[in-house]
Amino acid sequence: MKPVAFDYHRPNTIAEAVALLDDMKEEAGVLAGGMTLGPMLNMRLVRPRAVVDITRIEALRSIAIAGNTIVTGACVVQSEALRSDVVARELPLLALALPWVGHFQTRNRGTLGGSVAHADPSAEIPLALVVSGGTVVLRSRRRERRVPAGEFFLGALVTARRPDEMIVALEWPRTPADAGCAFAEIAQRHGDFAIVAAACCLRVDADGCLQALSFGLGGVESRPVALDVRRFIGKPATDVANDLPVFAAAGITPMDDRAASAEYRAALTEVLAERVFQDALSRATKRERPAA
Amino acid sequence: MSVHHKAGERVRITLNLNGQSRSGLAEPRMLLSDFLRHELQAFGVHVGCEHGVCGACTILMNGCAVRSCTQYAVQVEGADITTVEGLANPDGMNPVQRAFAKHQALQCGFCTAGILCSVAHFLRETPSPKEAEVRDMLSGHICRCTGYAAIVSAILEAAAEIRRDS
Repeated sequence: MKPVAFDYHRPNTIAEAVALLDDMKEEAGVLAGGMTLGPMLNMRLVRPRAVVDITRIEALRSIAIAGNTIVTGACVVQSEALRSDVVARELPLLALALPWVGHFQTRNRGTLGGSVAHADPSAEIPLALVVSGGTVVLRSRRRERRVPAGEFFLGALVTARRPDEMIVALEWPRTPADAGCAFAEIAQRHGDFAIVAAACCLRVDADGCLQALSFGLGGVESRPVALDVRRFIGKPATDVANDLPVFAAAGITPMDDRAASAEYRAALTEVLAERVFQDALSRATKRERPAA
Repeated sequence: MSVHHKAGERVRITLNLNGQSRSGLAEPRMLLSDFLRHELQAFGVHVGCEHGVCGACTILMNGCAVRSCTQYAVQVEGADITTVEGLANPDGMNPVQRAFAKHQALQCGFCTAGILCSVAHFLRETPSPKEAEVRDMLSGHICRCTGYAAIVSAILEAAAEIRRDS
């Protein structure tokens, strides 16, 4: 399993990288950690004329706080994010999702931006971004544009990124201190593709009623989906705990494939919806944050 | 400095392998795993699946356990790389290797080279691991002989020995 022959470019700046993409458009593949593009190249599922390696562009490697937004550069390595105090404190959902991403050895190389760019339907980082209400920052030679995560993922491995664009950063709204988040998934073995993944963030008031709720699923449809759960705002959390799993399973059109039937995915959706809701509720009540 | 190589162009790559400066030729599409084996004769890098799943080709790059089959030799110019050949102490096997022998944590040994590299990084980051953490780290390696129980025991015992001696 060897890739087809390709030209190799390793730009040092974003400007150089987008100039290359402008020149080559869909003939170029953008290589970051290589945890998804690498296998696809090796299996010749993709045959780009050129590979643009962005791993040595320093400007893509920072985690920064900008007001109420946390900006993670496209080439922040997953294990760096997992060790980051800022991520643990401000983005608990991402911190809870990261241990589910691949394995120790792949997280040491795989990047946040790479996972989003690849857009596997079952990937954890895209799901966390969608449920967080985050934004993908894209740059081309001509301009920069920001696409809400909910509009970025169009289908399995298909995104709103144009061939002359690269992801430069992800923007994550800061999580309020009184919010509780949870992430869980079921896969055939740990680190394998999720059959179903679920993510939840919520806040409750002093009476135990929901002030805020976001909930989403990965691996179920061809892209990560955040369900419209506004109907539960203001309701007692104990009632929502009963209603959310059934509501979630009714609101999806699950894939039916070799990994699992649509029926099984719907069943897992109910189980995981209950699990993440209860975990998030318990963390919101205890004001618990994951450890970096 | 930005780098541009044409397809098929063999370029000289220099890196630090197991404490020595080494160099060899690679065209852009050459996997790092193939470069280490065929150009630098580091045959301890085992090649299993070639798509990042099995863990046999795991090496330490700048101290971090990573797959060598899903990156390319042209990417790693100047990197500091350790393969299983570089893990032993000057006076013999390291504590993890000794524990693997004692617990019979290998049978055919094909997965072992990669696991030993992972463990070196893992124990540096997690000197007092719980069994669940060891198993989580091992999920990135496929072993078809042992059933993992002996590997887990060996790693836990080696961790305790390293803590005692440091």
